[in-house]
Amino acid sequence: MHGRSLVSVARRWLLTHPGAGRILDQMFRPVEILIKKPLFGCRMCGQCILHETGLVCPMGCPKTLRNGPCGGVRLDGCCEVIPDMMCVWVRAERRSRLLPWRDAILKIQPALDWTQRGRSSWVNAVAGRAEGVGP
Amino acid sequence: MIQSLTPGAAPGRSPSLKGLPSTRRLEEAFRSGRRVLTCEIAAGDSPDPAGLLERAATVRHHVDAVNLPDNTSGRVHLSGLAAAAIVAGAGIEPILHVTCRDINRIGLQSHLLGAAALGVRNLLCLTGDHVVHGDHPESKPVFDLDSLQLLRLVGTLRSGRYLSGRAVEPAPDLFPGTTENPFAPPHDFRPLRLRKKIEAGARFVQTQIVFNVPRFKAFMARVCDLGIDRQAPILAGVAPPRSARSARYMRDRIPGMDVPEALVKRMEGVAPARAEEEGLRIAVEILDEINGIPGIAGFHLMPICWEEAVPEVVRRAGLRRESETMPAIEAGGAAYPEVSSAPIRERCT
Repeated sequence: MHGRSLVSVARRWLLTHPGAGRILDQMFRPVEILIKKPLFGCRMCGQCILHETGLVCPMGCPKTLRNGPCGGVRLDGCCEVIPDMMCVWVRAERRSRLLPWRDAILKIQPALDWTQRGRSSWVNAVAGRAEGVGP
Repeated sequence: MIQSLTPGAAPGRSPSLKGLPSTRRLEEAFRSGRRVLTCEIAAGDSPDPAGLLERAATVRHHVDAVNLPDNTSGRVHLSGLAAAAIVAGAGIEPILHVTCRDINRIGLQSHLLGAAALGVRNLLCLTGDHVVHGDHPESKPVFDLDSLQLLRLVGTLRSGRYLSGRAVEPAPDLFPGTTENPFAPPHDFRPLRLRKKIEAGARFVQTQIVFNVPRFKAFMARVCDLGIDRQAPILAGVAPPRSARSARYMRDRIPGMDVPEALVKRMEGVAPARAEEEGLRIAVEILDEINGIPGIAGFHLMPICWEEAVPEVVRRAGLRRESETMPAIEAGGAAYPEVSSAPIRERCT
């Protein structure tokens, strides 16, 4: 409750101070890349769902699928487009089983907001810009 | 809803540009409780619709609806929407494949509206094959949405809104379906992904071609455990291999396809002249074997470049009685006069 109200205060502040939001975004972006790229193969979509995809970045999928594997996964589990790469979603499903929140992978992910690509998903999350588009 | 889409209902529409009435025959077939049969035919790569109508005529009296693919394997074909409208004009129930490969959310919404305007109600919402498998591997793959987001998008339109929130008047009456591949890894996740797709709005399911029957049985057992078969009818994909070459092609070149070695050996073991007969037998054997699996509502036939096999497979497997053939409707005619004058038309009506 306390955390949520803190976020809503920060969100209101970010909405009323767009200039400060841009500066924060520029500050956090390199930090985010530095941490998430080597660890999770982050592609900076700006609407991070690593938590729900077994800590594997779904944007590494050549089709940028955010809701699970396509029907073209090879029988050995490799990608249909890049045959020597293990399917992102095969890895995501395997890893998500090890997580305490393993059912998060079943959540339906909304369409991406491509205008947020390349921006800090942390700042976006606080600003309410990381929820994607649609119902 | 249907009434509002029938010719003359839309205000301001030119009386000479008659829309086609969309029909609910596929949904009604699912509701009837009998085995539903659908069949995928090639849209063709010619601007002349004669070949398309000929293929549709070959199968029309043996199935409930005909699938029109969207640039299969990323190879350029006749537009699926055009093909579906032509087929609908001939009184055949179409199922239009809609994929996310070539167009973004703007194009998709306009495409879906166009489908409703042309009387094409049934949609198969797919992610789409990647462009690398097609004849333009250098092109830009779009994938703005994925198949689940596309299903949700159809739901949004059905509820009378564009994705932007703007109103659609009247809301298009669409019947979205989806597909699932029980044979591609991660196998344990496939039934859950199918459930996710149904939650996203899928109303029917057509599976990838079944050659590996044990794997399919395991998949269906899990699907029934999850109660998915009671939420949406599931049609099992079946295809007769036409030759040993075609079996090898499916095994090696179509990603996610599980063609057991024994089946390829069996096709290679017969003389080329007898290969088609062997392929028909294989399809009928598979149909017999999966017919009894709980949770199956019917079959989706995918005769790859071999539509002539469909009547024979349906007859041999005993899947159709005379009373179950697709009822003819007074639909097209006027909308496509140039098609109706072709001799092929006689076989279509």
